[in-house]
Amino acid sequence: MEFNQLLMIAISVIFINNFILSKFLGLCPFIGVSKKTEPAFYMGLAVTFVMTASSIITWAVYIFLLKPFHIEYLRTLSFILVIASFVQLIEMVIQKFSPALYRVFGIYLALITTNCAVFGVAVLNSEMFLKSADNAGKALLFCVTQGFCAGVGFTIVLLFMSGIRERLELCDVPRPMRGMAMAFIIASLMSMAFMGFAGFRF
Amino acid sequence: MKKLLREFSKGIFIENPTFRLALGLCPTLAVSTSVLNGFGMGVAATFVLLGSNIIVSSIRNFIPSKIRIPCFIVIIATFVTIVELTMKAYFPALSKSLGIFVPLIVVNCIVLGRAEAFASRHSIVNSILDGLGMGVGFTLALVIISLIRELLGNGTFLGLLVIKGFQPALLFILAPGALLVIGILIGVVNYFTEK
Repeated sequence: MEFNQLLMIAISVIFINNFILSKFLGLCPFIGVSKKTEPAFYMGLAVTFVMTASSIITWAVYIFLLKPFHIEYLRTLSFILVIASFVQLIEMVIQKFSPALYRVFGIYLALITTNCAVFGVAVLNSEMFLKSADNAGKALLFCVTQGFCAGVGFTIVLLFMSGIRERLELCDVPRPMRGMAMAFIIASLMSMAFMGFAGFRF
Repeated sequence: MKKLLREFSKGIFIENPTFRLALGLCPTLAVSTSVLNGFGMGVAATFVLLGSNIIVSSIRNFIPSKIRIPCFIVIIATFVTIVELTMKAYFPALSKSLGIFVPLIVVNCIVLGRAEAFASRHSIVNSILDGLGMGVGFTLALVIISLIRELLGNGTFLGLLVIKGFQPALLFILAPGALLVIGILIGVVNYFTEK
């Protein structure tokens, strides 16, 4: 039963309600970092990691801090602070212990701090699972699944987009449509393709 | 006086946050399914912009520059919480249709961008005008996009039927339509400003 629910969440977040193409979260990195495949992949990895980790952290904040004291209205304030400081902390730790890794991921981590996809996952988790959570452990499982799969969906779409844009360099696009305008139209076509997944039935 | 007017009007045309600076696109695309939603989001964001600009500019001399970003975020988050709770209490229908994009104003790049680039360096009066101008520019862009989408996708304007017998293209209300409309609009703006 539980496994079914987890599978449902995974497929829904990766394909049907993809964060970029149907929820419009994280458009800035999607347009900004999708010019080449390699940086797009690293960005995707970094986002997946931060989303999963911040799902766990915000779960802890909500269950152990906001709920017992009945201060749920401080959700926005506390989540953004916790996520931002966590990303900063990770950045510092990586910089200290693995300069090589920092050279690859450092710049992306800095960009993620105020990424709306990461914050969006935390807010969605709290709306969907935490508000009515009677079983804290089960809620954690759902939150982590949603966070991780949202990151996977983000990475997949970012990779597709960067592949298309690498080839687009060779095409003769009308002048005013070059760059961002064309990127949005391609995204629109991809979004149409992803809409096909909405027909899934379980 | 003229200079103050320019602070206000630059956010509407020359530095329009959506079309020229391409900031804050996520909420723009997500809530522009109808004119009412777009307008509501615009007003909410304008309030947050105005409030955070006033506070940031009035305490700009006390914030150490090393921790300014966390300070800005706390100030912005406070105003977002005010908007969130007010909207839930007085406009429950709007709050429901905007969904998670009301709390998401907190990570809207326009708000943090203005706090960092403008309000932390200018006087309160200038910051108020800048916040208002940027807010109006954002609202204007939202209303234009949602006007196109609602008209083509639903055949209505503010919920009223415009053309009888028009078969609306539902696609424009859905996600792909938003991306298509913004792509074409950016192209159009580029075309007219390039020369």
